[in-house]
Amino acid sequence: MFGYLVRRVLAAIPVMGVVAVFVFLLLRLTPGDPAAIIAGDQASPEQLERIRISLGLNEPIYTQFFTWIGKVLRGDLGVSLISQVPVVQMIGQRIEPTVSLALSTIILSIVVAVPLGVIAAWKHGSLVDKGVMSLSVLGFSIPVFVIGYILIQIFAIELKWLPVQGFRSLSRGLWPFFERALLPTLTLSFIYIALIARMTRAAVLDVLGEDYVRTARAKGIAEHAVLLRHALRNAAVPVITVIGTGFALLISGVVVTESVFNLPGIGRLTVDAVLARDYPVIQGMILLTSGLYVLINLLIDVAYTLLDPRIRY
Amino acid sequence: MSVETLSEAGEGPRSRLSASLMLAASSPLTLIAALCLAVVVASAVFAPWIAPHDPLQLAPAQRLKPPGAEFPLGTDAYGRDLLSRVVYGGRVSLLVGLGAALVSITIGLAIGLVSGFFRPVDAVVMRIMDGLMAIPAILLAIAVVSLSGASLATVLVAITIPEIPRVVRLVRSVVLSAREEPYVEAAISVGTSLPRILWRHLMPNTIAPLIVQGTYVCASAILTEAILSFLGAGISPETPTWGNIMAEGRTYFQLKPSLIFWPGLLLSAAILSINLLGDAARDALDPRMKRREGTR
Repeated sequence: MFGYLVRRVLAAIPVMGVVAVFVFLLLRLTPGDPAAIIAGDQASPEQLERIRISLGLNEPIYTQFFTWIGKVLRGDLGVSLISQVPVVQMIGQRIEPTVSLALSTIILSIVVAVPLGVIAAWKHGSLVDKGVMSLSVLGFSIPVFVIGYILIQIFAIELKWLPVQGFRSLSRGLWPFFERALLPTLTLSFIYIALIARMTRAAVLDVLGEDYVRTARAKGIAEHAVLLRHALRNAAVPVITVIGTGFALLISGVVVTESVFNLPGIGRLTVDAVLARDYPVIQGMILLTSGLYVLINLLIDVAYTLLDPRIRY
Repeated sequence: MSVETLSEAGEGPRSRLSASLMLAASSPLTLIAALCLAVVVASAVFAPWIAPHDPLQLAPAQRLKPPGAEFPLGTDAYGRDLLSRVVYGGRVSLLVGLGAALVSITIGLAIGLVSGFFRPVDAVVMRIMDGLMAIPAILLAIAVVSLSGASLATVLVAITIPEIPRVVRLVRSVVLSAREEPYVEAAISVGTSLPRILWRHLMPNTIAPLIVQGTYVCASAILTEAILSFLGAGISPETPTWGNIMAEGRTYFQLKPSLIFWPGLLLSAAILSINLLGDAARDALDPRMKRREGTR
């Protein structure tokens, strides 16, 4: 067990290494002078030289890589080319809206999608099942921003129940935070609910065909106990796994949702950085989100090795 | 041996493939999806004949007109005809979808075949693929576009890169199981050349799953292209694409929501139909998958 945990943690290192090399090479392998790419066509030679020095582009490429990776490992993601503020500080200032959006989406999605998936599998082939399946196909097909604008149109413009856009920190009161967070959370939850409900349904459906479920039913155990204690518990591994792999999807969704609802989070920060070609910020964001993705999936793997006695490596 | 097995043995994999696709087409939902997609594709292909106006023609006097006889869906903030723009917008989106599916499958197939067959290559290639999969697709794509400039080619590359690892994993898993089959061992033992083993004996196993995966890649590429344009990191704003029309519509959304709804509707309809056709193809080609519809 301990050996497995160590191997699993070690296996995450090459993955992050590949991400780092990719992010590093992306700028260097793009055709043309990297400094000119970042500065744009109107840049003066002095501006170009400043960018070259700030990114260390005058050094040989392997020196550049090791200097850069050394800084990254010490938590230094460089300095924004536009505002001259350290990237870590920029991300820190704008992380609150993003974290609150991501967390509320994950919580809402699990609360809605897991029961939906269980019911769909239990009443396999029924109207509920067909409804859940249609919803999940729709969730994958309607772009996040289209859902966002439909919700704004209905609830903010026609009914005037909620504000159109913006963000209020939780520290400034529960209701102002909640009424602004509701629509973005609903918007982003749609695709996540689709993903989790689909997976829960498939996993529970698989388990319901097992012998121990038939035995449990034959013993006369109440149906809800069969579903919760026997079926859902055993179906938990694939469901939790898909919540982890869906994290990349969640990040992509966050970027779009923040733009639709004008939330000052790190998704909006990334888009602004892309439009301004602020490469250190883009680089930092890719490293941060990929790192989180790898970490979350690592924790999930470790968690069910510890929790599920059947999984032994 | 019964008559049935004999006749089945007589059919090639190709005819079985087309038979299963015929079977898939018999469901009403699939037919509706196919019809819907056909309408969207036709409107894009025949855009020059359908569009009542030049999609690029500016007419400041006609800004934000409501739908009427001259402009069936009204005009945008620059007085351009919305219907014409939406119809032309489908061209880029569908082209990107098709392009991304073809390119990612070609590259993914090549990498997956080699990686599934050679252990040492496999270890390295799969780590690289894991790394690429850890980067959120949208971030990867906008980073590539922002560095290389926004043209149709860079957008296509940016969208294709994050799709490749999924194809590679699929092909590799098929190759790993097919490699143990007696006919592959037999082919190796009689000294069949390596390219021939990969192409003649292993590749045909990947066709059915790749058709299914191709439809999903296509749908997700169309979605990513729209998101890129919507965020302002896609093909240049003058070109009408569904994402660009919606991005411009954002500013005037409260005044004229139809600027977002019409392209959004076509976009969703196209992606939905492609996904449904993919599901139908999967059910027809691999009946074992039918029960566990959670995986993609």
